[in-house]
Amino acid sequence: MIHKTRTGNDDSEELKQLLQQNLPPLQDHDLELRRDLWPRLKQRLDQEDVHDLAPRQSLRIPWFDWALAALAAAALILFPGVIPALLYHF
Amino acid sequence: MDLLQRFASGDPAAFEELFRQHQKQVYTWIMRIVRDSAVAEDLTVETFWRIHRFRAQFKPDGNFSAWSHRIATNVALDHLRKSRREVELPENLVAPATADPAATSETRDRIREAFRHLPAKYRLVATLALIQEEPYEKIAAAADISVSLVKVRVFRAVRLLRKQLSPLMEKTGAPS
Repeated sequence: MIHKTRTGNDDSEELKQLLQQNLPPLQDHDLELRRDLWPRLKQRLDQEDVHDLAPRQSLRIPWFDWALAALAAAALILFPGVIPALLYHF
Repeated sequence: MDLLQRFASGDPAAFEELFRQHQKQVYTWIMRIVRDSAVAEDLTVETFWRIHRFRAQFKPDGNFSAWSHRIATNVALDHLRKSRREVELPENLVAPATADPAATSETRDRIREAFRHLPAKYRLVATLALIQEEPYEKIAAAADISVSLVKVRVFRAVRLLRKQLSPLMEKTGAPS
């Protein structure tokens, strides 16, 4: 029977006994790793690399943007007088 | 440069070497928490994936084993949170041949159910402290909490389990 003046330790010990009768601690043979997990981890890391590369490819700047930038730079070099006007507007 | 420094700086060979040195320890620790070999394998892979991902946060003069145990405990805790209402303790590991033959399947079912309903953080400490009998200090270090908090969580887990299992405890005549 359960007494009203139980302590936390009594509870803990009693429960531990019940648990260990039904859920015994795992033994060494239960805890043995049966196979090398490196291939699975490697596969996951390789997949991650592929996903990491994908956004980089999507961020590639198209050739016509480079052409436009080159044109703007050439215009500034050939007509430096427009620089103060642009600065004024900005 | 030593192994841990090479790992922290992103050397893949150093990571593989550390994995091979520590995979069994990490698997064993997770197995003690989840008690299911297939799940423990998955969570070991997840743990090392996180270790790889957060390698820059590791200080090469630190303790890799302790760090990997903390990450493994967090991974296992995440799993317990997710599986709280989905997965039961696996039948084959609940009652191995070493179990008391007097224990009935009904008793085991009730205990499994009671564990399943524990909040994940209580289930973690209850499994490690009450079933596996791991030292509180080790649990505290792995869960990155104080020993006092481990004791508090064990106490609360005991109270919750006791509430659900008290009829069984009276029936099985556990000492009072």
